[in-house]
Amino acid sequence: MTDRIADIWGERTPHAKGTVWPARVDQHLEDGIDEEQVEQWVPSACLLCSNGCGCDIAVKGGRMVGIRGRAGDVVNHGRLGPKGLYGSTAWSRSADRLTRPMIRVDGVLTECDWDTAMARIVERSKQLSPLEHGFYTSGQLFLEEYYTLAVIGKAGIGTPHMDGNTRLCTATAAAALKESFGADGQPGSYTDIEHCDAIFLYGHNMAETQTVLWSRILDRTRADDPPVLVCVDPRRTKVAEEAERTGGVHLAPRVGTNLALMNGLTREILHRGWVDEKWVAAHTLGIDDLRAIVEPYTPEHVAEICGIDAEKVTRAAEIFGTSANVLSTVLQGFYQSHQATASAVSVNNLHLLRGLIGRPGSGILQMNGQPTAQNNRECGADGDLPGFRNWDNEQHVRELAGLWNVDPLTIPHWAPPTHAMQIFSYAEEGSIRLLWISATNPAVSMPESARIRRTLAGEQCFVVVQDLFLTETARLADVVLPAAGWGEKTGTFTNVNRVVHLSEKAVEPPGEALSDLQIFLRYAGAMDFRDDDGNPLIPWRTPEEAFDAWREASRGRPSDYSGLSYAKLRGSGIPWPVTDAAPEGTDRLYTDAVFPTATDRCETYGHDLLTGGTVTEQEHRALRPDGRAFLKGAEYTPAHEPVSDEYPLLYTTGRTVYQFHTRTKTGRAESLRRAAPDMWVEMSPPDAAGLGIDEGDVVRVESPRGWLEAPVRIGHVKEGTVFAPFHYGGDPGRQANELTMTVWDPVSKQPTFKTAACRVTKVREGGWPAPAPTTAASAPAGAGVPPTAGGAPTVSRVVPVPSYPNDPASIGGR
Amino acid sequence: MYLVIYLGLARHAEQTMADSLRTVGQGHAQHPDVLFTCQALAKMSDEHVRRLTPIVERYGEQRHGPEVSEPERLHAEGLASVRTGPVGLLRDLQDLHVLGTLTQTTWTVVRQAAQGLRDAELIAVCDHASRQNSRQLSWLNTRLKAAAPQPLIVGG
Ligand code: SF4
Repeated sequence: MTDRIADIWGERTPHAKGTVWPARVDQHLEDGIDEEQVEQWVPSACLLCSNGCGCDIAVKGGRMVGIRGRAGDVVNHGRLGPKGLYGSTAWSRSADRLTRPMIRVDGVLTECDWDTAMARIVERSKQLSPLEHGFYTSGQLFLEEYYTLAVIGKAGIGTPHMDGNTRLCTATAAAALKESFGADGQPGSYTDIEHCDAIFLYGHNMAETQTVLWSRILDRTRADDPPVLVCVDPRRTKVAEEAERTGGVHLAPRVGTNLALMNGLTREILHRGWVDEKWVAAHTLGIDDLRAIVEPYTPEHVAEICGIDAEKVTRAAEIFGTSANVLSTVLQGFYQSHQATASAVSVNNLHLLRGLIGRPGSGILQMNGQPTAQNNRECGADGDLPGFRNWDNEQHVRELAGLWNVDPLTIPHWAPPTHAMQIFSYAEEGSIRLLWISATNPAVSMPESARIRRTLAGEQCFVVVQDLFLTETARLADVVLPAAGWGEKTGTFTNVNRVVHLSEKAVEPPGEALSDLQIFLRYAGAMDFRDDDGNPLIPWRTPEEAFDAWREASRGRPSDYSGLSYAKLRGSGIPWPVTDAAPEGTDRLYTDAVFPTATDRCETYGHDLLTGGTVTEQEHRALRPDGRAFLKGAEYTPAHEPVSDEYPLLYTTGRTVYQFHTRTKTGRAESLRRAAPDMWVEMSPPDAAGLGIDEGDVVRVESPRGWLEAPVRIGHVKEGTVFAPFHYGGDPGRQANELTMTVWDPVSKQPTFKTAACRVTKVREGGWPAPAPTTAASAPAGAGVPPTAGGAPTVSRVVPVPSYPNDPASIGGR
Repeated sequence: MYLVIYLGLARHAEQTMADSLRTVGQGHAQHPDVLFTCQALAKMSDEHVRRLTPIVERYGEQRHGPEVSEPERLHAEGLASVRTGPVGLLRDLQDLHVLGTLTQTTWTVVRQAAQGLRDAELIAVCDHASRQNSRQLSWLNTRLKAAAPQPLIVGG
C-alpha cells in the first residue's frame, strides 16, 4: 500500500538501454471500496496533465470510485502518478457541481432550464455580426467537441476569433514545430527514452509536470547504463539533481535569457565540428544565416548574459555534440518566457545540425501543458485551421469549404485566427460582444488577472461560460451552462507524442449537465446553421459520428486519422498518422528526413522569429524548401521588464506536482489538496536573509501591475528570483497572475508568464512552515520542515511486459 | 555629386523612422506587441544610422543640392504624435509603412551609386539596411492585415 503523495514516482523498475520499459499497474480505489466490489472498468486516459496515461475508470453504483493504469498502453505501461491516482474522480461528486443552467437576472445568476438559457444565448448571437463573436476554449475538451466547435465558428458563424487556453501552454510548441518542419506534430516519441544516450530538458520540470514520463526516465537513469541528463531551469528541480547525478549539467540561466544560452550552444556545435555537414546540406536550409546570427555568442559572452559558468555551456554543448542519440524535451520554462519561439526553434536547430531526428533515441518533444492541447490544434478550435491547414493557402481553405459545403469566403482566412490575448482585448474594447468560454478559467489563468476580471464583468460583452463548477470566471458570466466532465461523456484525445485515446462514458453526469458536444450541437441547432445546399451544417449527433467527420477532415494531412475508428481505439492508444500504409500508427515522424515544408503542403510560410512578421507565399516558394527543414535563428534581446531599484527581483511562475490547471479538479481531491493546500512563494536563502525573512513568514510581492500576499518557502530558486506557483485562485491577493505582464511572443502569441520584475516586503511572521510541498522542487533549503506525506493508499503490481506494437524495443524482440 | 545628398536622405529617413516607430509604439502602448515590436524595429534603424554616420562623414554631408531638398521635406512627414483607437492604429501603421518604403528605396538608390563607386563598405551597409528594412516592412504589413477587419467592420 503506497502513499503516492510521499512517493511521487513510485518504485523503480530499472532496465537496460534498448529494452522495453517494464509494465507496472498502479491503482487507487476510494476509501472502503475493494477490487471485488468494482462493477465495471471503463477504458479511458488520464486528463490531468499532457501525458495522457491510459487507464480504466472503476465504476460502482453509477459512480466513479477509482482508477487503474492500463498495462498495455504505449504511453504509461500501466503507471499512474499522484494526480491521476488521487485527482481523477474525486471532483465528480463534489456538492458544488453545476447541475442546472443559469442566467443573470437583475444582476444575479439564477437557475433556469436549458431552453431558457439557450434562448438567451441565441437571441444575442443572432443580433451580432460574425466578428462580434469570440470563442475561448480549453485544453480539456475532446477532439469531437473541438472539431464541432471549429465548424460552428469557422463555417457557421464565420469568425476568426477562436482560441483556446492552449495559447497559454502549448502555442509555442506548435509554432516551433511549424517554423522548423513546416507543420505541427512531434517528430519524437516517448520510446526515445529507451534508446537515447543523453536527454536535454529545456525549461521542463518533468518530475512535477509529467510524473509518469519522469518515472520512465528514472527507470533509465537508475539502470546500469544511464543516459546523461542536461537540465535548463532557474530552479534546482529534481531534474536538475538527476542531471548532476548522471554526470550531466544543470544550467540555471537568469530568467529571460534562454535564447542567449541556445545561441551559445548552437555556436559551440558549429565551431567544434559536430555538424553532420552532408545531412545538413541534403535536408535543411539556412545554415549560413544561422551561423552569422549565433557567431557573437561565445561561451564567455553567454555566461555573462545568463549568469552561469562558461564551462557549463561548453560541457552541455559537448554532451549534445558527442552523444550518439539525444532526446530533447521543452516546456514552459521556454514557452512562457522571453523570445519563446526563437528559443524553442533553437532546440530543433541543434537536432537538425547533427541530423539527430527520425530514428529511435533522437527525438524532439516540444511538449504540451494539457492533455487535449494537441487535438485542439489539430481540429482548429484554437488559432489554427483543421488538419494543420494553412490559412494563407487558398487551396487549403477551398478544401475545408468543400468538406463543409460552404463558400470559401465564409471561412475567415484573411489573417491568422485571432489569438487569445487579442480576443480579450477586443472584448475589453467592446468589439467582441459575445464571448463563449468553455472549460477554462481565464480569470485566474490569464496574465494581469485584474484586467481580465474587469473585462468579463463589464457590460460591453455578453459572456457565456460552460464548465463543471462555478469558477472565478463563471461567476462573472451572463449565462452559465453545466457541463459533463471526464468519465461522464465519450470522446477521444491525443497526447504530445500523437497517441490517440478513446475515453468512454463511465457514469451519467449530475443533474441536467450535458456533454460539451451536446451543448455545441444544441446551439448549432438553435442557430439553424446551413450549408450551401440548405442542409444542416453539422449533420452529426454522436461523438462517434463527429469522430468520423474529423477523420475525413484529417485525411491526407500530416495529422492523418483516416485509418482510425472507435472500434480500433477500443484496444488502447495509437499514435497518428494512422493510414492504410500505417494501420497500427506511427511511432516517429520524419524517418525519411522529408519534412512537410513544400509550399503547397506546409501549415505556415513561416515568420521572422524576432518580430513575428510573416513570410509571404512568394518568398517561401522562392526558397524552394521542398521537404527540407528550416534552420532559423534570432538575436537575443533583453526581456521586456528588467529589474530596477524599485523592483529589484525577477518574478517567475510555474506548475508544481500536486496541482493542475486552476485546481478545479485537483483542489477537490483530499490527498492532493492537503499536500499543497495554499499559495506560497519561493525565495533563495540569501535574498530572504537580506530582507530578514524566515521560512513561513508572510510577504507581499509586488510588480508594477499587482500584488499578492503569501508565506515564503526558503528554497532552491536562483538568487535574485522569486517563484510563485500559478494554480491558486480565490482571493485576488493570492494569485500569481496578478503580477505577470500582458505581453506575448511575437510568433506563437503565447503570453510571457515567466518574466517580470518584483519587490518583496515582509508583512508578518508566519505560522511556520509555508504550505509548500517538500517532495519536489519546492523542497526547503533548511532542515526541520516536516516531509509532505499522507496520501490515501494505492497499490502497484509489476506485471508481465506486453508487446507494444510500435515500440522499437518491443519489435527488436523481447 | 548628388550621392552625398542621398546619403543625408538615407540617414534622415532612418532617423525619422526610428523616432516615428518609438512614437507609434508608445502611443499605442495598450497593444504590448505594438509597443515592444516598434521598439525592436526602431533599434534596427538606430543601427543603420550608426553604421552610416562615418560614411556620411567620409563623403562630407551636403543637405541641399541645386534641385534637391528632400531631407527636410521628409523630416516633416515623420510621426510626431499618434492617432487614437483601433482605426488610428491602422493609420499610424500605414504611415510607418510609407516611411519604411521610402527608406528602403533610398537604400536601393544609394546602393546603385555605391556599386558604381566600388565602395565595398557602403555596399555592405546598404545590403544590411535593406534586409532589416524588409523585416520592418514585413512586420508592419503583417500587423496591418491582422488589425484591419475588426475596426473597419465592427467599428470601435
Ligand atoms: S502523468 Fe499525467 S496523465 Fe499520467 S497519471 Fe499523472 S497526471 Fe495523469
